[in-house]
This record gives sequence, C-alpha cells and structure tokens, in this order.
Amino acid sequence: MSMMKVSSNPHVRSKESTSSIMLLVVVALLPAFGFGIYNFGIMAAVHVLITIAACVLTEFVFNLIIKKKQTVSDLSAVVTGMLLGLNLPVGAPWWIGILGGFFAILVVKCLFGGLGENFMNPALGARCFLVISFPAIMTNFNCDAYSGATPLALLKNGQEVNILDMVIGRTGGTIGETSVIAIVIGACILLATGVIDLRIPGSYIVSFVIFVVIFGGYGFNPAYIAAQLSGGGLMLGAFFMATDYVTRPVTVKGQYVYGIILGVLTGIFRIFGPSAEGVSYAIILSNLLVPLIEKWTMPKAFGAGGKKHE
Amino acid sequence: MARLTFKGGIHPYDGKALSKDKPIREVLPKGDLVYPVSQHIGAPATPVVAKGDRVLRGQLIAEATGFVSAPIYSSVSGTVKCIEPRRVVTGDLINSIVIENDGLYEEVEYEAGRELEEYSKEEIIERVKKAGVVGMGGAGFPTFIKLSPKDPDAIDYCIVNCAECEPYLTSDYRRMIEEPEKVVEGLRVMLRLFDNAHGILAVEDNKPEAIRRLKEIVKADPLISVKALKTKYPQGAERQLIYATTGRSINSKMLPADAGCVVDNVDTVVAIRAAVLEGKPLMERIVTVTGDAVADPRNFKVHIGTNYSELIEEAGGFKTEPVKIVSGGPMMGFGIFDLDLPTTKTASALLALTKDDVSEMEPTACINCGRCVEACPGNVVPKLLAEYAENGDEEAFIKNNGMECCECGCCSFICPAKRPLTQAIKSMRKICLAKKKK
Repeated sequence: MSMMKVSSNPHVRSKESTSSIMLLVVVALLPAFGFGIYNFGIMAAVHVLITIAACVLTEFVFNLIIKKKQTVSDLSAVVTGMLLGLNLPVGAPWWIGILGGFFAILVVKCLFGGLGENFMNPALGARCFLVISFPAIMTNFNCDAYSGATPLALLKNGQEVNILDMVIGRTGGTIGETSVIAIVIGACILLATGVIDLRIPGSYIVSFVIFVVIFGGYGFNPAYIAAQLSGGGLMLGAFFMATDYVTRPVTVKGQYVYGIILGVLTGIFRIFGPSAEGVSYAIILSNLLVPLIEKWTMPKAFGAGGKKHE
Repeated sequence: MARLTFKGGIHPYDGKALSKDKPIREVLPKGDLVYPVSQHIGAPATPVVAKGDRVLRGQLIAEATGFVSAPIYSSVSGTVKCIEPRRVVTGDLINSIVIENDGLYEEVEYEAGRELEEYSKEEIIERVKKAGVVGMGGAGFPTFIKLSPKDPDAIDYCIVNCAECEPYLTSDYRRMIEEPEKVVEGLRVMLRLFDNAHGILAVEDNKPEAIRRLKEIVKADPLISVKALKTKYPQGAERQLIYATTGRSINSKMLPADAGCVVDNVDTVVAIRAAVLEGKPLMERIVTVTGDAVADPRNFKVHIGTNYSELIEEAGGFKTEPVKIVSGGPMMGFGIFDLDLPTTKTASALLALTKDDVSEMEPTACINCGRCVEACPGNVVPKLLAEYAENGDEEAFIKNNGMECCECGCCSFICPAKRPLTQAIKSMRKICLAKKKK
C-alpha cells in the first residue's frame, strides 16, 4: 500500500469557493444589467463589457508583471468591472470604463495586495475618482431615452417625482441603479444563496429612513421616503456594494454599526451636501472606518466571564 | 419549544448511511497486539510486565503513574513479545507493550457480582480508576477524575454525550440501538455518585430510533431524561453540549463541574458500567470502519491493541484505492500515513476516503467573507486568529481569545478560500500552551 495523504483536521471541506461566490454575485447583477440595456439601449451593454474587460485585463497584466500567481479566475475582477460599469452614465465616452477599471484594479486593489487586502471597494473608489476627475461626464445623465435632471435631483429641488417609474426604473441615472425591482430580484438571489444577509442592508436602510424623517424637512412623508429610497444608488449600494466582504466589518455587531454609519452618512450627504447623491462617498468613507469598527466590536468568546469553582 | 442547540456550527455531509444499519460484530485479533503506554491525557502508564511473560486477558500490563494517568490491560492472552517504541495515530513514537496473541482468550477472574446499591461512592470511583476508563470520545481524559469533582453535591446534571455529531461515525449509534440498557445502567452508576444530579441522555435528532429506544427504557425513571438535540456539528463538543442541554456556558479555563455538569460519551459510560458492575477493565471498544474506499463498511467490537490493517481486512478490504485514511471522524480525526497502527482506547473510527478535499483544494486569499465567524461555536474570529498565528503574534492571539478555540474544524470546513484556519490556530495554541507550562 502506498503512503496516504496526511494533513491536519478537518479532512473535509465545503463545496463553496471564492469563484462560486463571485459567480453568484455576477448572476445577481444580471437583472439590473438587463434592465439597464432595456432602459438605455445597447450602449449600456458596451460600457459594462468594456469595463469588465478593462478590470480583468489589468489584473492579468499586473500579475504577469509582478510574477504573481494568476488570480483572474476567482472572478472578483469581473464583479468589480460589472459594478463599476453599472455605475456609469450611458452617455459617457467609451474610454471612461477603461480608465475606471484600470484605476479600480491597479490603484485600489492590486497595489494594496490584491483580493482581500484592499481597504476600499475598488468599484466605488474608481467611481469617485471618475466623478471628481470628470464631473461633467459622470453627472450628465442626458441620453436618447431621458433628458433633464434625475429624480433624486428633482427631489432635492423640491419638485414632483413619479415613484412608480422610479421603482420600475424608467428614469435617468447610471446604467444599473435605476430599477429598484431589478436590484431587489438580484438581492433576493444573494440572500437566498447565503452570499449576503440583511444585517448591513437592513441597518443601512432603516437608519437612512430615520435620518430622512428627522432631517429631510418633510417629516414622516411616505412618498418622500419612498422616493429617497428608490432614487440614486441607494439600493444598488446597500445590497451590492456595502455588503462587499473585503471592505465591510467581519464581526456581526460591527456590521450593524457599519450599516448605521452608512445610513447616517448617506443622509448627511444627500440632504446637506451640494449633490443629490451620497451613497458612493458614504460607502468609501465607511470602508476606512472598518478596522476601528472591528476593533470595537470583537465578539465575546463562548462562556466568557464564567467563574471557575475554587 | 425551540430545538436544543448552540450558536454557530456547520452541516457537513454525514455519510452515516454507509454503516448505520450494520450490527456490531466482534473482531478477534490475529496478529500481535500493541498497547502504547500513553492512550490518555496525563502521565504515561508504567509497564509491569517484561519480555517473555505470559499474560491473560484482563491482566494489568501497565499501571497508572501519578494522579492524572490510567492503567492498561491486556485484551488477549499470550506472551509479551517486546516493549519498544511504536508509531501511534498522531505520528509520535510511544513506548508500547507488544503481545503475541495465543488465540486462547484465557481470562483473569474479575472481581464482580454486587448490586449497584451495595457500593459506596469511593468504591465506585476506585473501580472506574482501576479499570483504566478514559474518555473514549477522543480526548482520553481519565474518567475517575471527572467523576470526583471537588463538590459532588454541586453537580446538577450527568450528561451522556450521545450526540455523535462527527460525520460517518455510527459506533455510538449502534451501541444505543443494540445495548441501550447498558448505556442507561452506566448513567445510573454515575448518578449514584451525585446526590443532587439528574441524568440527561443527549442525542442528535438524526437518530430517532436511538431516541425511541432510550426513552423506552427511562420512561419510568424520574431522574433521567432523553433530550433530542438539533443535528449540527459540533453538537457533541463538550461545551456546546452543556449549553444545548442546560443553557449553561463554560469557557476553556473551566471544567464542566464548574457549571454543575459531568459529561461522558456513550462508550465511556458503558465502560463505567462494566468496570463497576462486572469488575471488567477497559479492553474493548466499538470502532466504525467506513468511507467510500471500504468494501463493506462496518461497526466492530475491537480488542484494544488490534492492528488497523486487520480492521480494514474484516471490512472486506478496499474496493478502491484510498487516498486518505483518518483515525477518528473527518472533522477532528488524525490523518494517518499507513495502517500499521494499533487501536487505542480513544479510536472511534477508521475512515478511508477515495478523495482528499484538503490536497485537492488550494488555499487562496482570504476574502473576509465572515463564514468562519458565523460558524465558530466558540464565538471567536478564526480568520483574525489564523492571521495572528501565521505572523507569530502570540500577544494578539491570546488577547483575541485564541485559547478559547476547541479545534472543532468548522472554520476550515466552511472557508470558501480553503484556508487552513484550524491548523494555524491549533499550532499556535500548542506553542502558547507549551510556553505557559514552562
């Protein structure tokens, strides 16, 4: 008999892998992507695919140059590309996704050590980089289908919005953020498969609603609250970006704290800030607080504080 | 009522169908029997026989050394061939008594015969001690010490660990199906020691037949109850079992007695019974021989000291070449490199697999998914502890409750990046414990 393989326990492993989780996220983003194409036309697909390609290629070349084992098959770059692509306005020039993807993967992810080491969500880091660098492009939501301000901008100016259109997604905005229904379908896929749970999205949305009720200037006004929740990147951010494993706290209590901070920051940025949007900045700012949150919310070990009989 | 359980845990493939309906069959050893002098936690036993001595079945061959130790008895009659270091499942070389089996099974006379009521508490503990009974679930802690806590009146519960939460294992299950009365009698022996204690038979709810049979026996006994626990690994871990059955939590520095509990597993309780009521030392145990590489998975009554290769042979040999063989269950057992090893007091199973998950799956970067945190029954953060362990940061490791880990393996099992978390934490715990002892 030949020698057996020896290793430390346990000797069995679950089937789930990093790439299987990432694949589920990609699948869960497909409804929002599909609606984006329906809503904005074929250019939406082109933008997203270009961004994905840029992300994957950047990671591939980076690994080649620094002679690191290839990691593109874990699909995390695909997820980053997809999220960033869905956060672009459809009228942007073709190269914007390439620049954004390059920044997301090279600067935010790879330079900090690759998957698992980045302190900030790469897609959002890149989106904020693009918004600051090219504000005219990134906030211009005029396209063939829609012109004028986004519902959230209208709301900020105190104008009327059509909530049904916002929930369905028949409004202007970035490619993937407009349809609440499509995003919630995707979120349900992630919840059902256990990829995410409701801790962060739930505490994020609840704390945001409370903030809006207190400081929004309309009191408890269901139509206003629904419009705030359906507008901008809140739904996409709460379910797909705030829940990014790498950049959210790993402790259970910390996840609630993180969600609440997100809700409050989003409220501040949207209501008191110059722009109608606030989700991206709220998330990347909260990303930076994660180490601190984790430190403060370390769980108590099982049986902690128990007394030994003497 | 909510099902009795604990926080965390996992649901691995259980594999019990392979052997759960196979009745226990005795295996008579053919080759030499090997008895390592250290089959328990504590000081190794000291051999009291020499090369060339003839020994009988049930004869003392190594006596306990010091307080935390246990004696060892021959499980066959024959001649002492030699006393030399032999390899055991952990990979260590341990001084072992080797006995050539004469196949006659001549036994010593056991000092037996009295009713349970006639024994004093001291006599019961003395008989358990003398019989060399140790925790047969895997830990191997001398049982008489567990049975003699500082304040016996403070013990509220004697819990029999019938969870058998390790995948593939069915030895306890078969015992509960075939000899449930022995399990209950063993528990009654334990209850004799503790005037204020109630007995609990804690069984995972994937064993309805065992629950039914045990309930049938104890239905008229107000002191003993059968509790069905939610099926989840590691339900049989001592601390999780105490929590699920009594709602009490203990940490790593405490003993079950600190929470008013005494816990022993099925085979141990049966050994307590045999020691007290029949005067028989610990010489046999039930071993499940199973896995997808084994031709005819079985539950065997095995003479301690029997070579593992004989057990595989009894189970029809291998139908496919195994890649990995584990002594014990897949979650906490030891990977062994070949079969030339003796069955010890703590060997619950021999598992031969045609596939090795561990070497097939390469570790990748941690994505901070938090699955290990959710799965950890000890409520620590395995991914951080493993990081500290890999960096050799003892201070941070201890500060973040590294010593509270029970090495159950849930974190490694669940990790999608296939990181060897348990292994890293386990190694660091060993280093920290060794330093503490100095």
